[in-house]
Amino acid sequence: MIEIRFHGRGGQGSVIASKILAKAFFMEGKYVSAFPYFGVERRGAPVTAFTRVDNQPVRAKYQIYEPDYVIVLDPSLLKAVNVLKGIKKDGTVLINTIHSPDEIRKTVKFDRVATVDATSIAISHRLGSQAAPIVNTAILGAFAKVSGLVKIETVMDAIREAAPAKQEENAQAAKDAYENVKIGGE
Amino acid sequence: MKKILTGNESAAWGARLSKAKVVAAYPITPQTSIIETIASFIANGEMDARYIRVESEHSAMAACIAAENTGVRTFTATSAHGLALMHEVLMWASGARLPIVMSVVNRAMAPPWSVWTDQLDTMAERDVGWMQVYSENNQEVLDSIIMSYRIGERHHILLPSMVIEDAFILSHTAEAVDIPEQKKVDDFIGEFEPAFKLDPDEPAGFGSLIMPEGPYMEFRYKMALAMEDAKREIEKAVEEYNETFGRNYAPFVDEYRTEDADAIMLVLGTIGSTAKDVVDAMRKEGKKVGVARVRYFRPFPTEEIRRIAKSTNMLGVVDRSYSFGPGADLYAETKSVLYSHTDVPVKDYVIGLGGRDVTPEVLRKLFDDMLKIANEGVVDKEIEWVGLHGDERWS
Repeated sequence: MIEIRFHGRGGQGSVIASKILAKAFFMEGKYVSAFPYFGVERRGAPVTAFTRVDNQPVRAKYQIYEPDYVIVLDPSLLKAVNVLKGIKKDGTVLINTIHSPDEIRKTVKFDRVATVDATSIAISHRLGSQAAPIVNTAILGAFAKVSGLVKIETVMDAIREAAPAKQEENAQAAKDAYENVKIGGE
Repeated sequence: MKKILTGNESAAWGARLSKAKVVAAYPITPQTSIIETIASFIANGEMDARYIRVESEHSAMAACIAAENTGVRTFTATSAHGLALMHEVLMWASGARLPIVMSVVNRAMAPPWSVWTDQLDTMAERDVGWMQVYSENNQEVLDSIIMSYRIGERHHILLPSMVIEDAFILSHTAEAVDIPEQKKVDDFIGEFEPAFKLDPDEPAGFGSLIMPEGPYMEFRYKMALAMEDAKREIEKAVEEYNETFGRNYAPFVDEYRTEDADAIMLVLGTIGSTAKDVVDAMRKEGKKVGVARVRYFRPFPTEEIRRIAKSTNMLGVVDRSYSFGPGADLYAETKSVLYSHTDVPVKDYVIGLGGRDVTPEVLRKLFDDMLKIANEGVVDKEIEWVGLHGDERWS
């Protein structure tokens, strides 16, 4: 079983990202489950969402405490919440930031860190506004590259089906992130 | 066709496939996305139904009662305080023998405010004459709604049903759900043929005053018989549904590795799903445990629970609610039906109230405790609250 935790802020689409990723895995024949931290979400407040993936039906009906992957949609969260909490030793953190993995590891003390400037990618595809770009689809493309668990084409198809608007722009943003993500700590 | 759906979207699909013609509802977290999804089905022309916006849950149920009385299939959904506000009219719906189907998303009762899962809301409505079926995944939510219409609408049953799901753990969790073909659902449920209805051409009064010497008692007796008869209809419906749609439901109690088990956990809802993983892990270590997930709480599966209890050395009842009587509801009723039938030790574990997460680690500790009791034959404590702050035993 692969367990993935998303950290974002209310309004950034973390919960939707967790569902689109589940959909992509499902399209590749996996069993999935995607859910928010059972909170009362407010715009701008920290939000957590989860995706479980397995080769057999997912019967686990509890939260994820020891994720294999952590995906951070908003770099300002690095100061607000402990994104590394419970992460498996051989896990990977993927962060939306302008910084390189080596730079970010000065503050995020972890072996495997990947970074991608999903904010610029989202803005270049006119997803959301300059002030509040929607980065949730771009970061999924980066995840496809970093994890190697799901094909970028499948992620793009899942985005095209699930995005409420600008389906192709969202899919292309994922592709850009796939091609530009920087992986450190190998 | 499989889609990734939340529990609430699955419930909405259940109502849509069942072709409910009137939906009256009032929003309440965590139920709201059920009626939002239905509202969009209707607005998009995907569901041919009248959506009635009302000012409270009491009115929502009253509107469903009135509509059902005219001979149409109705649906609503609620949670916690909304269900409590319906209490009075829930009894009208069942007493008037109207087979309404309602989704209930289990949520804790305030204060303190909590929107998270806890089964007190539905347990507090156990005596109102509604059937109650609890789900462990989103597929079961959708399928149970379809089956509930079929079962409740039989003319010798005519009882309403609550199809129940855990807040957030199902309601807001997305999984792959198989959406049955409309034609097959139509054939399975059939057209709604009311046994009686409001008709201007044949005026009749419903729910009139009955003097003490009148047939009030006989009305209640017939309801009691109908609730018992529902068991046979549930068995038939589940068997036919499994065959038609390729499912594998047990009618009343979903038993997992209970054969030869030294200790069996009896539980309602999603804890039963997580517990299956724990059972597999412990079986690999040679620990013979099993889980029996109760689907129907009304009608109560008396015979099944007696059989299960007699087959093992210890029964651990897990309650995600507490009633301020002799233990929580599943425990108290289980003890009641076992009395004079078996002396197997029974213990109540009260757990996960207000949505507190129930992890495999804590369930493993419960199973270990149960095996200890099975071995020693002595129940240390009849009712144990698990994981209270400051109690290190379960953490």
